[in-house]
Amino acid sequence: MLRFVVDCIANLGAVLLHKLVQMGQALLMLLQATTVQPKASSLTRLIQQLYVVGVQSLIIILVSALFIGMVLGLQGFTLLSAYGSEQAVGQMVALTLVRELAPVVAALLFAGRAGSALTAEIGLMKATEQLASLEMFGIDPLHRIVAPRFWAGIISLPLLVAIFSLVGIYGGHLVAVEWLGVYSGSYWGNMQQAVDFNEDVLNGMLKALVFAFLISWIALYQGYSCLPTSQGISAATTRTVVYSSLAILGFDFILTALMFGGAV
Amino acid sequence: MNKRWLELSVGAMMVAGIAALVALALQVSGGSMRNVGHYPVSALFENAAGLGPKAKVTMAGVTIGEVVAVGIDPDTLMAEVRMQIYGQINYLSIDSSASILTAGLLGEKYVGITAGAEDDLLGAGDVIEDTQSALILEELIGQFLINLGDK
Repeated sequence: MLRFVVDCIANLGAVLLHKLVQMGQALLMLLQATTVQPKASSLTRLIQQLYVVGVQSLIIILVSALFIGMVLGLQGFTLLSAYGSEQAVGQMVALTLVRELAPVVAALLFAGRAGSALTAEIGLMKATEQLASLEMFGIDPLHRIVAPRFWAGIISLPLLVAIFSLVGIYGGHLVAVEWLGVYSGSYWGNMQQAVDFNEDVLNGMLKALVFAFLISWIALYQGYSCLPTSQGISAATTRTVVYSSLAILGFDFILTALMFGGAV
Repeated sequence: MNKRWLELSVGAMMVAGIAALVALALQVSGGSMRNVGHYPVSALFENAAGLGPKAKVTMAGVTIGEVVAVGIDPDTLMAEVRMQIYGQINYLSIDSSASILTAGLLGEKYVGITAGAEDDLLGAGDVIEDTQSALILEELIGQFLINLGDK
Protein backbone atom coordinates (compact mmCIF):
# COMPACT_ATOMS: atom_id res chain seq x y z
CA MET A 1 0.00 0.00 0.00
CA LEU A 2 2.71 2.41 1.03
CA ARG A 3 4.63 1.33 -2.04
CA PHE A 4 1.67 2.24 -4.23
CA VAL A 5 1.35 5.72 -2.74
CA VAL A 6 5.07 6.34 -3.14
CA ASP A 7 4.85 5.19 -6.77
CA CYS A 8 1.95 7.53 -7.41
CA ILE A 9 3.84 10.50 -5.99
CA ALA A 10 6.94 9.55 -7.94
CA ASN A 11 4.90 9.35 -11.17
CA LEU A 12 3.41 12.75 -10.48
CA GLY A 13 6.89 14.13 -9.96
CA ALA A 14 8.10 12.55 -13.18
CA VAL A 15 5.22 14.07 -15.15
CA LEU A 16 5.89 17.49 -13.64
CA LEU A 17 9.60 17.27 -14.37
CA HIS A 18 8.89 16.18 -17.94
CA LYS A 19 6.57 19.16 -18.43
CA LEU A 20 9.15 21.50 -16.96
CA VAL A 21 11.82 20.14 -19.31
CA GLN A 22 9.44 20.64 -22.24
CA MET A 23 8.73 24.23 -21.21
CA GLY A 24 12.45 24.85 -20.88
CA GLN A 25 13.04 23.42 -24.35
CA ALA A 26 10.24 25.56 -25.76
CA LEU A 27 11.74 28.67 -24.18
CA LEU A 28 15.21 27.83 -25.51
CA MET A 29 13.78 27.24 -28.98
CA LEU A 30 12.07 30.62 -28.87
CA LEU A 31 15.18 32.41 -27.62
CA GLN A 32 17.41 30.84 -30.26
CA ALA A 33 14.92 31.55 -33.03
CA THR A 34 14.29 35.17 -32.12
CA THR A 35 17.72 36.37 -31.04
CA VAL A 36 19.31 36.33 -34.45
CA GLN A 37 20.69 39.06 -36.67
CA PRO A 38 18.20 39.35 -39.56
CA LYS A 39 19.68 39.12 -43.05
CA ALA A 40 18.36 40.61 -46.27
CA SER A 41 17.12 37.21 -47.40
CA SER A 42 15.13 36.71 -44.19
CA LEU A 43 12.76 39.46 -45.30
CA THR A 44 11.80 37.43 -48.36
CA ARG A 45 11.07 34.43 -46.15
CA LEU A 46 9.09 36.61 -43.76
CA ILE A 47 6.93 37.89 -46.61
CA GLN A 48 6.40 34.33 -47.81
CA GLN A 49 5.20 33.35 -44.33
CA LEU A 50 3.10 36.49 -43.92
CA TYR A 51 1.27 35.36 -47.02
CA VAL A 52 0.70 31.83 -45.73
CA VAL A 53 -0.13 32.80 -42.16
CA GLY A 54 -1.82 36.15 -42.63
CA VAL A 55 -3.27 36.64 -46.10
CA GLN A 56 -4.63 33.12 -46.32
CA SER A 57 -6.41 33.59 -42.98
CA LEU A 58 -8.12 36.76 -44.22
CA ILE A 59 -11.15 35.09 -45.76
CA ILE A 60 -12.17 33.15 -42.66
CA ILE A 61 -11.57 36.24 -40.50
CA LEU A 62 -13.64 38.48 -42.78
CA VAL A 63 -16.57 36.09 -43.08
CA SER A 64 -16.75 35.25 -39.38
CA ALA A 65 -16.34 38.90 -38.38
CA LEU A 66 -19.24 39.90 -40.62
CA PHE A 67 -21.53 37.22 -39.22
CA ILE A 68 -20.53 37.78 -35.60
CA GLY A 69 -21.15 41.51 -36.01
CA MET A 70 -24.53 40.82 -37.58
CA VAL A 71 -25.52 38.43 -34.80
CA LEU A 72 -24.42 40.93 -32.16
CA GLY A 73 -26.48 43.63 -33.86
CA LEU A 74 -29.54 41.41 -33.99
CA GLN A 75 -29.24 40.08 -30.44
CA GLY A 76 -28.38 43.50 -29.06
CA PHE A 77 -31.36 45.05 -30.80
CA THR A 78 -33.88 42.50 -29.48
CA LEU A 79 -32.42 42.67 -25.99
CA LEU A 80 -32.14 46.46 -25.81
CA SER A 81 -35.47 47.21 -27.46
CA ALA A 82 -37.13 45.52 -24.48
CA TYR A 83 -35.83 48.49 -22.45
CA GLY A 84 -36.53 51.01 -25.17
CA SER A 85 -32.85 51.77 -25.62
CA GLU A 86 -32.10 50.15 -28.95
CA GLN A 87 -30.02 53.16 -29.96
CA ALA A 88 -27.34 51.84 -27.58
CA VAL A 89 -26.80 48.87 -29.88
CA GLY A 90 -23.79 50.50 -31.58
CA GLN A 91 -22.06 50.95 -28.28
CA MET A 92 -22.77 47.35 -27.29
CA VAL A 93 -21.56 45.89 -30.58
CA ALA A 94 -18.41 48.00 -30.64
CA LEU A 95 -17.38 47.40 -27.03
CA THR A 96 -18.07 43.67 -27.21
CA LEU A 97 -16.06 43.36 -30.39
CA VAL A 98 -13.16 45.64 -29.61
CA ARG A 99 -12.60 44.45 -26.07
CA GLU A 100 -13.40 40.75 -26.22
CA LEU A 101 -14.77 39.03 -29.27
CA ALA A 102 -12.40 40.31 -31.93
CA PRO A 103 -9.18 39.31 -30.16
CA VAL A 104 -10.52 36.01 -28.81
CA VAL A 105 -12.46 34.74 -31.82
CA ALA A 106 -9.82 35.87 -34.30
CA ALA A 107 -7.15 34.17 -32.18
CA LEU A 108 -9.15 30.94 -31.94
CA LEU A 109 -9.70 30.94 -35.71
CA PHE A 110 -6.05 31.80 -36.25
CA ALA A 111 -4.98 28.89 -34.03
CA GLY A 112 -7.19 26.54 -36.02
CA ARG A 113 -6.34 27.94 -39.43
CA ALA A 114 -2.68 28.94 -39.19
CA GLY A 115 -1.34 27.36 -35.99
CA SER A 116 -2.30 23.82 -36.94
CA ALA A 117 -0.83 24.31 -40.42
CA LEU A 118 2.46 25.52 -38.96
CA THR A 119 2.70 22.50 -36.66
CA ALA A 120 1.87 20.05 -39.43
CA GLU A 121 4.33 21.69 -41.83
CA ILE A 122 7.25 21.69 -39.40
CA GLY A 123 6.32 18.24 -38.11
CA LEU A 124 6.41 16.86 -41.64
CA MET A 125 9.72 18.59 -42.28
CA LYS A 126 11.03 16.84 -39.21
CA ALA A 127 9.56 13.47 -40.18
CA THR A 128 11.05 13.64 -43.67
CA GLU A 129 14.37 14.75 -42.15
CA GLN A 130 14.42 18.08 -43.95
CA LEU A 131 15.35 19.81 -40.71
CA ALA A 132 18.24 17.38 -40.17
CA SER A 133 19.51 17.92 -43.73
CA LEU A 134 19.40 21.68 -43.29
CA GLU A 135 21.57 21.23 -40.23
CA MET A 136 23.98 19.11 -42.30
CA PHE A 137 24.35 22.04 -44.68
CA GLY A 138 25.25 24.13 -41.67
CA ILE A 139 21.96 26.07 -41.79
CA ASP A 140 20.24 26.46 -38.43
CA PRO A 141 16.61 25.37 -38.94
CA LEU A 142 15.59 27.56 -36.01
CA HIS A 143 16.72 30.63 -37.92
CA ARG A 144 15.69 29.44 -41.34
CA ILE A 145 12.34 27.77 -40.60
CA VAL A 146 11.09 28.74 -37.15
CA ALA A 147 12.01 32.44 -36.90
CA PRO A 148 10.14 33.75 -40.00
CA ARG A 149 7.02 31.78 -39.06
CA PHE A 150 7.13 33.14 -35.53
CA TRP A 151 7.42 36.78 -36.62
CA ALA A 152 4.79 36.27 -39.29
CA GLY A 153 2.35 35.12 -36.61
CA ILE A 154 3.21 38.06 -34.33
CA ILE A 155 2.69 40.57 -37.15
CA SER A 156 -0.40 39.01 -38.73
CA LEU A 157 -2.75 38.45 -35.81
CA PRO A 158 -2.97 42.05 -34.52
CA LEU A 159 -3.69 43.23 -38.08
CA LEU A 160 -6.32 40.53 -38.49
CA VAL A 161 -7.90 41.53 -35.16
CA ALA A 162 -8.12 45.18 -36.24
CA ILE A 163 -9.79 44.09 -39.49
CA PHE A 164 -12.09 41.74 -37.53
CA SER A 165 -13.26 44.56 -35.22
CA LEU A 166 -13.98 46.94 -38.03
CA VAL A 167 -15.79 44.42 -40.25
CA GLY A 168 -17.80 43.23 -37.23
CA ILE A 169 -18.88 46.76 -36.41
CA TYR A 170 -19.99 47.30 -40.01
CA GLY A 171 -21.82 43.95 -39.83
CA GLY A 172 -23.67 45.22 -36.77
CA HIS A 173 -24.40 48.44 -38.67
CA LEU A 174 -25.81 46.42 -41.56
CA VAL A 175 -28.33 44.65 -39.33
CA ALA A 176 -29.15 47.33 -36.76
CA VAL A 177 -29.26 50.36 -39.06
CA GLU A 178 -30.01 49.12 -42.55
CA TRP A 179 -32.37 46.34 -41.59
CA LEU A 180 -33.89 47.11 -38.18
CA GLY A 181 -33.96 50.87 -38.62
CA VAL A 182 -31.87 52.19 -35.73
CA TYR A 183 -30.90 55.78 -36.53
CA SER A 184 -27.40 55.73 -38.01
CA GLY A 185 -26.32 58.83 -36.09
CA SER A 186 -27.09 57.27 -32.73
CA TYR A 187 -25.40 54.00 -33.76
CA TRP A 188 -22.12 55.80 -34.39
CA GLY A 189 -22.62 58.57 -31.83
CA ASN A 190 -23.22 56.29 -28.87
CA MET A 191 -20.31 54.16 -30.00
CA GLN A 192 -17.93 57.10 -30.21
CA GLN A 193 -18.97 58.24 -26.75
CA ALA A 194 -18.46 54.82 -25.22
CA VAL A 195 -15.30 53.60 -26.94
CA ASP A 196 -12.01 55.07 -25.83
CA PHE A 197 -9.06 54.58 -28.15
CA ASN A 198 -6.40 54.02 -25.49
CA GLU A 199 -8.51 52.04 -23.11
CA ASP A 200 -10.53 49.86 -25.44
CA VAL A 201 -8.93 49.68 -28.88
CA LEU A 202 -5.31 49.58 -27.80
CA ASN A 203 -6.02 47.11 -24.99
CA GLY A 204 -7.73 44.87 -27.56
CA MET A 205 -4.63 45.12 -29.74
CA LEU A 206 -2.45 44.25 -26.75
CA LYS A 207 -4.55 41.15 -26.20
CA ALA A 208 -4.08 40.24 -29.86
CA LEU A 209 -0.32 40.61 -29.50
CA VAL A 210 -0.25 38.30 -26.46
CA PHE A 211 -2.44 35.72 -28.22
CA ALA A 212 -0.25 35.89 -31.35
CA PHE A 213 2.80 35.20 -29.22
CA LEU A 214 1.11 32.24 -27.49
CA ILE A 215 -0.23 30.66 -30.67
CA SER A 216 2.98 31.01 -32.66
CA TRP A 217 5.07 29.71 -29.81
CA ILE A 218 2.86 26.71 -29.08
CA ALA A 219 2.42 25.81 -32.75
CA LEU A 220 6.10 26.02 -33.58
CA TYR A 221 7.25 24.15 -30.49
CA GLN A 222 4.70 21.37 -31.05
CA GLY A 223 5.85 20.97 -34.62
CA TYR A 224 9.51 21.17 -33.75
CA SER A 225 9.30 18.62 -30.93
CA CYS A 226 6.75 16.18 -32.36
CA LEU A 227 7.42 12.48 -32.84
CA PRO A 228 8.56 12.13 -36.47
CA THR A 229 5.79 9.71 -37.42
CA SER A 230 2.37 10.24 -38.96
CA GLN A 231 0.69 9.66 -35.60
CA GLY A 232 3.17 11.98 -33.97
CA ILE A 233 2.33 14.79 -36.41
CA SER A 234 -1.40 14.31 -36.01
CA ALA A 235 -1.11 14.29 -32.21
CA ALA A 236 1.07 17.42 -32.28
CA THR A 237 -1.41 19.22 -34.53
CA THR A 238 -4.25 18.36 -32.17
CA ARG A 239 -2.20 19.52 -29.19
CA THR A 240 -1.48 22.83 -30.92
CA VAL A 241 -5.16 23.59 -31.37
CA VAL A 242 -6.14 22.40 -27.88
CA TYR A 243 -3.29 24.10 -26.01
CA SER A 244 -3.59 27.34 -27.99
CA SER A 245 -7.33 27.54 -27.41
CA LEU A 246 -6.96 26.91 -23.69
CA ALA A 247 -4.09 29.39 -23.44
CA ILE A 248 -6.09 32.03 -25.33
CA LEU A 249 -9.14 31.67 -23.10
CA GLY A 250 -7.11 31.51 -19.89
CA PHE A 251 -4.94 34.49 -20.74
CA ASP A 252 -7.99 36.39 -21.95
CA PHE A 253 -9.47 36.18 -18.48
CA ILE A 254 -6.25 37.33 -16.85
CA LEU A 255 -5.78 40.19 -19.31
CA THR A 256 -9.41 41.27 -19.00
CA ALA A 257 -9.13 41.26 -15.21
CA LEU A 258 -5.99 43.39 -15.43
CA MET A 259 -7.31 45.80 -18.07
CA PHE A 260 -10.98 46.24 -17.30
CA GLY A 261 -11.25 44.66 -13.85
CA GLY A 262 -11.85 48.06 -12.30
CA ALA A 263 -8.57 48.54 -10.44
CA VAL A 264 -9.81 50.36 -7.34
CA MET B 1 3.24 31.35 -56.77
CA ASN B 2 4.22 34.53 -58.53
CA LYS B 3 6.54 36.55 -56.30
CA ARG B 4 5.04 39.86 -57.35
CA TRP B 5 1.54 38.70 -56.45
CA LEU B 6 2.80 37.38 -53.12
CA GLU B 7 4.37 40.69 -52.16
CA LEU B 8 1.34 42.60 -53.39
CA SER B 9 -1.11 40.58 -51.31
CA VAL B 10 1.01 40.77 -48.16
CA GLY B 11 1.38 44.52 -48.63
CA ALA B 12 -2.36 44.86 -49.18
CA MET B 13 -3.04 42.96 -45.95
CA MET B 14 -0.69 45.23 -44.00
CA VAL B 15 -2.32 48.34 -45.45
CA ALA B 16 -5.80 46.94 -44.73
CA GLY B 17 -4.84 46.12 -41.14
CA ILE B 18 -3.35 49.54 -40.45
CA ALA B 19 -6.27 51.23 -42.18
CA ALA B 20 -8.64 49.24 -39.97
CA LEU B 21 -6.77 50.45 -36.89
CA VAL B 22 -6.98 54.04 -38.09
CA ALA B 23 -10.69 53.60 -38.78
CA LEU B 24 -11.15 52.18 -35.29
CA ALA B 25 -9.42 55.27 -33.93
CA LEU B 26 -11.41 57.80 -35.93
CA GLN B 27 -14.79 56.29 -36.69
CA VAL B 28 -15.36 54.00 -33.70
CA SER B 29 -13.72 55.79 -30.81
CA GLY B 30 -14.26 59.23 -32.33
CA GLY B 31 -10.61 60.06 -31.78
CA SER B 32 -11.38 60.41 -28.10
CA MET B 33 -8.47 59.99 -25.76
CA ARG B 34 -9.76 61.00 -22.40
CA ASN B 35 -6.45 60.72 -20.60
CA VAL B 36 -4.71 63.70 -22.13
CA GLY B 37 -4.07 66.56 -19.73
CA HIS B 38 -6.33 67.16 -16.78
CA TYR B 39 -6.24 68.70 -13.32
CA PRO B 40 -7.76 67.45 -10.06
CA VAL B 41 -10.63 69.21 -8.30
CA SER B 42 -12.71 67.97 -5.40
CA ALA B 43 -16.07 68.77 -3.89
CA LEU B 44 -17.81 67.88 -0.61
CA PHE B 45 -21.38 66.64 -0.84
CA GLU B 46 -23.79 65.79 1.96
CA ASN B 47 -24.87 62.77 -0.02
CA ALA B 48 -23.23 61.26 -3.09
CA ALA B 49 -25.48 58.21 -3.45
CA GLY B 50 -25.08 56.43 -6.76
CA LEU B 51 -22.00 58.35 -7.86
CA GLY B 52 -18.91 56.30 -8.62
CA PRO B 53 -15.56 56.48 -10.39
CA LYS B 54 -15.77 57.17 -14.16
CA ALA B 55 -19.01 59.12 -13.79
CA LYS B 56 -19.13 62.14 -16.09
CA VAL B 57 -18.50 65.70 -14.99
CA THR B 58 -20.43 68.11 -17.20
CA MET B 59 -21.01 71.79 -17.61
CA ALA B 60 -24.00 72.99 -19.61
CA GLY B 61 -24.46 69.39 -20.73
CA VAL B 62 -20.95 69.09 -22.17
CA THR B 63 -18.58 66.53 -20.65
CA ILE B 64 -15.58 68.34 -19.17
CA GLY B 65 -14.09 65.60 -16.98
CA GLU B 66 -14.72 62.51 -14.94
CA VAL B 67 -15.02 61.40 -11.32
CA VAL B 68 -11.91 59.63 -10.06
CA ALA B 69 -12.90 58.55 -6.55
CA VAL B 70 -15.66 58.96 -4.00
CA GLY B 71 -14.77 58.72 -0.31
CA ILE B 72 -15.58 60.11 3.11
CA ASP B 73 -13.79 63.24 4.24
CA PRO B 74 -12.73 62.41 7.85
CA ASP B 75 -13.05 65.98 9.15
CA THR B 76 -16.51 66.89 7.98
CA LEU B 77 -17.86 63.34 7.52
CA MET B 78 -19.22 64.38 4.15
CA ALA B 79 -18.76 62.58 0.85
CA GLU B 80 -15.62 63.79 -0.87
CA VAL B 81 -15.84 63.48 -4.66
CA ARG B 82 -12.52 63.79 -6.44
CA MET B 83 -12.71 64.71 -10.12
CA GLN B 84 -10.40 65.28 -13.04
CA ILE B 85 -11.25 68.21 -15.27
CA TYR B 86 -9.81 68.27 -18.79
CA GLY B 87 -6.81 70.56 -19.12
CA GLN B 88 -8.35 72.71 -21.83
CA ILE B 89 -11.24 73.67 -19.51
CA ASN B 90 -9.12 76.17 -17.56
CA TYR B 91 -11.68 78.96 -17.14
CA LEU B 92 -13.90 77.68 -14.29
CA SER B 93 -14.26 80.39 -11.63
CA ILE B 94 -13.53 79.59 -7.99
CA ASP B 95 -17.17 80.02 -6.90
CA SER B 96 -18.52 77.47 -9.40
CA SER B 97 -21.09 75.16 -7.90
CA ALA B 98 -21.39 71.40 -8.30
CA SER B 99 -24.51 69.27 -8.09
CA ILE B 100 -25.17 65.58 -8.52
CA LEU B 101 -27.69 65.01 -11.27
CA THR B 102 -29.37 61.99 -12.83
CA ALA B 103 -29.56 61.28 -16.55
CA GLY B 104 -33.21 60.47 -17.08
CA LEU B 105 -35.40 59.12 -14.28
CA LEU B 106 -33.37 56.00 -13.53
CA GLY B 107 -30.20 56.76 -15.47
CA GLU B 108 -26.65 57.11 -14.31
CA LYS B 109 -25.57 59.80 -11.85
CA TYR B 110 -23.21 62.54 -12.96
CA VAL B 111 -21.78 65.77 -11.62
CA GLY B 112 -23.00 69.02 -13.13
CA ILE B 113 -20.87 72.13 -12.72
CA THR B 114 -22.46 75.56 -12.91
CA ALA B 115 -20.08 78.42 -13.57
CA GLY B 116 -19.74 81.19 -11.00
CA ALA B 117 -18.97 84.89 -11.34
CA GLU B 118 -15.62 85.41 -9.57
CA ASP B 119 -12.52 86.39 -11.49
CA ASP B 120 -10.34 83.91 -9.60
CA LEU B 121 -10.11 80.61 -11.40
CA LEU B 122 -10.41 77.09 -10.08
CA GLY B 123 -6.96 75.47 -10.11
CA ALA B 124 -5.45 72.08 -9.45
CA GLY B 125 -6.41 70.68 -6.02
CA ASP B 126 -9.07 73.31 -5.28
CA VAL B 127 -12.30 72.39 -3.51
CA ILE B 128 -15.70 73.40 -4.85
CA GLU B 129 -17.59 74.84 -1.86
CA ASP B 130 -21.09 75.29 -3.21
CA THR B 131 -22.60 71.85 -3.69
CA GLN B 132 -25.99 70.27 -4.06
CA SER B 133 -26.47 66.62 -3.13
CA ALA B 134 -27.86 63.72 -5.07
CA LEU B 135 -31.57 63.42 -5.46
CA ILE B 136 -32.59 60.21 -3.74
CA LEU B 137 -35.74 58.74 -5.19
CA GLU B 138 -36.67 56.82 -2.02
CA GLU B 139 -36.50 59.96 0.16
CA LEU B 140 -38.53 61.85 -2.39
CA ILE B 141 -41.22 59.15 -2.44
CA GLY B 142 -41.16 59.05 1.40
CA GLN B 143 -41.67 62.82 1.52
CA PHE B 144 -44.49 62.56 -0.96
CA LEU B 145 -46.23 59.82 1.08
CA ILE B 146 -45.94 61.86 4.29
CA ASN B 147 -47.44 64.89 2.55
CA LEU B 148 -50.20 62.66 1.23
CA GLY B 149 -50.90 61.41 4.75
CA ASP B 150 -51.23 64.94 6.13
CA LYS B 151 -54.15 65.83 3.90
